[in-house]
Amino acid sequence: MENLKLLVTSSPHIRDDDSVQKIMYSVIIALIPASLMGVYYFGFHAFLVIAASILGAIVTEGLFQKLRNKPITVSDGSAVITGLLLALNLPPGFPLWMAVVGSAVAIGLGKQVFGGLGYNPFNPALIGRAFLIASFPGAMTTWISPVDGITTATPLGLLKLQGITTDYFSLFIGRVGGCIGETSAVAILIGAAFLLYKGYIDWRIPFSYLGTVAVLMYIFGKDPVFHLLSGGLMLGAFFMATDMVTSPITKKGRWIFGIGAGIVVVVIRIWGGLPEGVSYSILLMNGLTPLLNRYTRPRIFGKVKANG
Amino acid sequence: MRKTFKGGVHPPHYKEATEHREIEKARLPQRVIIPLQQHIGAPCELIVKVGDKVKVGQKIGEGKAFVSAPVHASISGEVVSIETLPHPVGGKVLSVVIQSDGLDEVDNNIKPFGSIESLSPEELKKIIREAGIVGMGGAAFPTQVKLSPPPEKTIDTVIINGAECEPYLTADHRVMLERTEDVVFGIKVVMRAVGVSSVYIGIEDNKPDAIKKLEEAVSGEENIKVIPLRAKYPQGGEKQLIYAITGREVPSGGLPMEVGVIVQNVGTVTAIARAVKTGMPLIERVVTVTGSGVKKPRNLLARIGTPFKDLIEECGGFNGTPGKVIMGGPMMGIAQTSLEVPVIKGTSGILVLTKEEAKQYEPGPCIKCARCVDICPINLLPTRISHFSQMGMWDEAEEYNALDCIECGSCSYICPSKIPLVQRIRIAKGEILARKRKK
Repeated sequence: MENLKLLVTSSPHIRDDDSVQKIMYSVIIALIPASLMGVYYFGFHAFLVIAASILGAIVTEGLFQKLRNKPITVSDGSAVITGLLLALNLPPGFPLWMAVVGSAVAIGLGKQVFGGLGYNPFNPALIGRAFLIASFPGAMTTWISPVDGITTATPLGLLKLQGITTDYFSLFIGRVGGCIGETSAVAILIGAAFLLYKGYIDWRIPFSYLGTVAVLMYIFGKDPVFHLLSGGLMLGAFFMATDMVTSPITKKGRWIFGIGAGIVVVVIRIWGGLPEGVSYSILLMNGLTPLLNRYTRPRIFGKVKANG
Repeated sequence: MRKTFKGGVHPPHYKEATEHREIEKARLPQRVIIPLQQHIGAPCELIVKVGDKVKVGQKIGEGKAFVSAPVHASISGEVVSIETLPHPVGGKVLSVVIQSDGLDEVDNNIKPFGSIESLSPEELKKIIREAGIVGMGGAAFPTQVKLSPPPEKTIDTVIINGAECEPYLTADHRVMLERTEDVVFGIKVVMRAVGVSSVYIGIEDNKPDAIKKLEEAVSGEENIKVIPLRAKYPQGGEKQLIYAITGREVPSGGLPMEVGVIVQNVGTVTAIARAVKTGMPLIERVVTVTGSGVKKPRNLLARIGTPFKDLIEECGGFNGTPGKVIMGGPMMGIAQTSLEVPVIKGTSGILVLTKEEAKQYEPGPCIKCARCVDICPINLLPTRISHFSQMGMWDEAEEYNALDCIECGSCSYICPSKIPLVQRIRIAKGEILARKRKK
């Protein structure tokens, strides 16, 4: 038993076998139904947009890390998620080079300049999307009808600009104009159910977010079901507002985050110039996240009772 | 619904190897190393010298301070050296080394004290103190001090901790099954010593046999109840146990007595029973020697002072190349640098992990998944305190209640980025306390 080389570290000496990589790949798996539905409804070009965006994200992440002499961590899956989420938030006929630019901005300006995974204050995919809306407003609002492949408007646009309503069933299955991955509520819900089951997203954010939109829309005399099912709300509520890095770590903070984002969506959709408002609602609440974390700390066990 | 607390984690139990193995007497060691400090509080003063002959149960270190506990010879033989030697809790401590004469002769002064009823509470406390009994769950706080709350504190409840929530460990489990009578006897001693009528025995529901056995044993006792608890780590943490059973929250920075509760580990109450029944001080304890790094995991009744090496050899030696040897369980146990360290009063287990199991984890970035926040039994924000600790922001760490951390390690366990959260919080606690002392 002599000359043993024993490892000495501080406790605990065992760890849960979950990892960041497992979480990220689960999110990717959860986005597959929405991606498939997008390709199914909008055709092969939608697939190319997804591929271009993911590629742009991976290459940008790798380049940044190489230039900064940091370990290359593209295999953790987080860049893939950013690229994929951005693509799902782009119109199906979007030019591929623009998708690459968008994902490069998402990773570069949205994530790497802050220090990479875990340090970015805003959802990188939404940073990329905001950049593209500002740079290419035309391409970002050109929609294709999944029925006949010709140019159309989104259900929210149709309602806002022409007063035309869309039936619930088409909205639910996603046979309407819109971004690649946002139209099919059912596909999004399948993926979301998987993540909820795995415990990788907290129900509080989507519940309070969607709930706030539904209640306020009802109060203001709008159709809550229509608003829940149209635009990027479902995708945003389950896959972007729930982004771990940019949403609060406290439960109370998550409630406020969801309610706040819901209010912003309603304000933009009813009174704003845009038909949609999901991206900005989440980005705005991302900005408030550090404050929410600070002011919604849970009561320490034994704290209040100690002081009477 | 089983009683429990908020938060916590579910590590695998890993108890299969030893939970059904009866307690076996370890071989009499050839030499024992008895550190003069095996408890929280002041170290003992030496009362033997090199060359002295000692017998089993003879006092060799006197605890003069209020918070202290004497130590005794655990074998008969000769004091061969007195020197500072490695201690399993870390560092080096003045220790008495006794070479066995192989006779295992008991000290003449060791005599039964008689029935509980014939002894006053003060006498019982004196017996417990003189027997050198400390909390045997691991914290090793002198038991008699716990049983002597200041007069302004009213104690109405005693909780017996049979949770044994640490994975791998089965010493308490076996004690409850095989020494049930002593457990009940010890409880009665504590009841009389403190003057309480209400006792709860908390046991995790992964030990249904122990729950049943104790329920049967106390079926005639009106004031002693067995409370099955949900198996969840750290269910055996004092504050979590008290909350689960009584619904009372020990105030931040306070002791259980502030909510009228005293907690005693099952091993401790059996040591108390033995001290009163036979007069024998705390000279041996049950140690679970386990892990895939040992050939034959067992529950051994070992003399205090037995080197870890002896017990591992008695369990068939190492299975493959050992990677890590831990005193205690895998969640809060202490990794050892040497196998020469002795079993002390707080040694509940010796866990040997293989080279493959003893991994070094490379921490990744925090992705703010907040699992540490969700599971923290104290409701801290471990990720924030860890961040402040790394940045040297001690004021912020204190503001975020770093000092309330019970160091259960659940946050580090659950972190998908393998960030050593509890370690960083410990560093922050140390800094905050050091700065407080300076002021």
